[in-house]
Amino acid sequence: MNHSFVPKAADMLVVGPETIVAAAAMLILLAELMPARISKAAAPWIAALGLLASFIPMTTTGISVRTGFSGMVVTDGFAVLMKAVLAVTGLLTIGFSTHYIKREDLDRAEYYALVLFAISGMMLMASSANLIMVFLSLEILSISLYVLSGFARTQPRSQEASLKYFLLGSFASAFLLYGIALVYGGAGTISLAGIANAIASEGAARNPVLLAGAGLIAVGLGFKVAAVPFQMWTPDVYEGAPSSVTAFMSVGAKAAGFAALARVFLTAFGDIKVDWMPALWAVAALTMIVGNVVAVAQTDIKRMLAYSSIAHAGYILVGLAAANQAGVSALVFYLAAYLFMNLGAWAVVILAGRRGEAGTEIDSYNGLFWRNPGAAAAMGVFMFALAGLPPTGGFMAKFYVFSAALQANMVGLVVIGALTSLVSVYYYARVTVVMFMRDPEPDAAPISTRGLLGVTLAVTAAATIYLGVLPGQLFQLAGLAQIARP
Amino acid sequence: MVPTAHYVILSALLFTTGVVGVLVRRNPIIMFMSIELMLNSANLAFVAFARHLRSLDGQVFVFIVMAVAAAEVAVGLAIIVAIFRTRATIDVDELNVMKW
Amino acid sequence: MGELIAFVVLGAIAVAAGIAVVVVRNPVHSALFLVVNFFCLAVLFLVLSAEFVAALQVLVYAGAIMVLFLFVIMLLNVAGVFESQRDPLRSQRGLAVCLGLGLLAEVLAIAVSGAARLPSGGGTLPQDFGSPTLVGLLLYSQYVFPFEAVSVLLLIAMVGVVVLTKRSV
Repeated sequence: MNHSFVPKAADMLVVGPETIVAAAAMLILLAELMPARISKAAAPWIAALGLLASFIPMTTTGISVRTGFSGMVVTDGFAVLMKAVLAVTGLLTIGFSTHYIKREDLDRAEYYALVLFAISGMMLMASSANLIMVFLSLEILSISLYVLSGFARTQPRSQEASLKYFLLGSFASAFLLYGIALVYGGAGTISLAGIANAIASEGAARNPVLLAGAGLIAVGLGFKVAAVPFQMWTPDVYEGAPSSVTAFMSVGAKAAGFAALARVFLTAFGDIKVDWMPALWAVAALTMIVGNVVAVAQTDIKRMLAYSSIAHAGYILVGLAAANQAGVSALVFYLAAYLFMNLGAWAVVILAGRRGEAGTEIDSYNGLFWRNPGAAAAMGVFMFALAGLPPTGGFMAKFYVFSAALQANMVGLVVIGALTSLVSVYYYARVTVVMFMRDPEPDAAPISTRGLLGVTLAVTAAATIYLGVLPGQLFQLAGLAQIARP
Repeated sequence: MVPTAHYVILSALLFTTGVVGVLVRRNPIIMFMSIELMLNSANLAFVAFARHLRSLDGQVFVFIVMAVAAAEVAVGLAIIVAIFRTRATIDVDELNVMKW
Repeated sequence: MGELIAFVVLGAIAVAAGIAVVVVRNPVHSALFLVVNFFCLAVLFLVLSAEFVAALQVLVYAGAIMVLFLFVIMLLNVAGVFESQRDPLRSQRGLAVCLGLGLLAEVLAIAVSGAARLPSGGGTLPQDFGSPTLVGLLLYSQYVFPFEAVSVLLLIAMVGVVVLTKRSV
């Protein structure tokens, strides 16, 4: 046994991005020793710099495959691209948070520290090469998000969202953990490479203990990405949590959950594909149907976007169910496109909302065009993109996901996906119609777009259109998202 | 020596008790304790498998799980205390601002 | 033989205490039954040659974590009236028990049919298996990264608790 262990630079490089992000979070906490005015003003900038700096180790490792810390963590094309998606999510989150947390009186430096901690957990999840690391990184991101959901701690809705998310989240974690325990017994190890070897060589593949473990792991992670039938927490938590936090977790937690699902199921359980592909097929179909159909009935934009995010988890699951390289690339592309269109839509929700989380009914978007033409136009773009209409990134994302599914001969799933997309056009278009065709309420004042929030809106809208018109570059990048086979 | 399978069955019994507890009870503190029951059943399985495999890895996992559970408990109870400060009930069914 | 007796007795108490946690009305009693359950598991850990883990189970789980639970229950000081007295939805309760029994049957079937084919380490158990020395060495060599990640997690929990409960900042 190796009785002493000194981390080497090569080990640190594998987890470079998450280390830098976590270090930035600690720096924010330390900065609070300074007068409150300075530390509050500095926090978003430290956070942004930390996220930008996390790109340095990503470009250093590139798509090369490296493992570190006795095989606990791994970096490859897939991990680096997912980390890049998460870092951009973080930057945009900061962009729309500064205005929001001042308005809602939540302006405390810990907000940014917790966002960064959550991102470091999400990044670590994309790099986990051992199930214990999957569990730990899931807890790092979840605990940060539990606290962030309850960040408006005097607001009953926020408190309840926090409690519900916490109870159901730790319930799911317990399933994941029990699944890990069963896999440990069935395969004799919980390193992803070791499980794959055990399945390939020792005939562990047919051991029901291992299969049950894999199932429980899928349940635990399914909760995190809000796949049906584990979605029941989503609408309430998304509605009750502060809008900026909801936006952040609807993209970040989803991306991290899918990163872990893809890595665990395509590497460790890759050889027993035939056992889990049908189950995933059904979950993907159900998720698309339930998310889109229930979204139609919503009158509150936060709840509508919550169901929309369930529906989108369904489309991403289609890429995963295909279980091929095209599916993985499509998954990365989808998450990248989803990040811009969804965060953009939430930025408009934040802009159009009023203090105390008021003004989230869809009716309060009546005539938004007359109150702020730019925001209404951007929202139109995001709604088109979320519905999957050309020429937006949302269309290309769905196109790639469906073509990966066709490669895997999943015609039925593609048909369900196309039909549910048609349903979704209805509720997304309703928001657009309301914004442009109706007159604003007589007492509604014009909304001004200022500072970082405006920049965030412009960036997300531009990126959404860019990905629809010229998807080639990102698609090439996504093609590099290969998961290292152990 | 008691076969490992017996320990796995015991841990399955405890795990199921925890699951039913979370689903049946509406008191967040008891739901939360049921979750602790589930985590502990996983720990029992880890330790039993560790002996079966003659490998200490399983015992290290238990160590890590305990630390995670401690972090979860701290945050969970803080959320409950924060709620209780603004109102006098923490029965999930009586939290009516949102639908469950 | 000794192990079998210990297993049967402790296992029975652990399951009974576990069920009690779930069914009793008063959260204080629930917490105390949970402590009983944790103690039984600690002794079972000893039987399974996991002495370090057994010690941690008593110190950290039964000691620190459960004291925190009891402390919060007492702080909120409404032990008797916590749960609404009206019957929770009957159908939901039935559904939950059915789900639980289904899950149990499944896991049992799996354990019985699969356990015989579990990969085994073979050989006799080393004398110091599960000693703090060996667990510690493993923790600080192969598992040093998860160990560090746990420290970040504890920091997050600490910051989180302060954020959620400190009255004014």
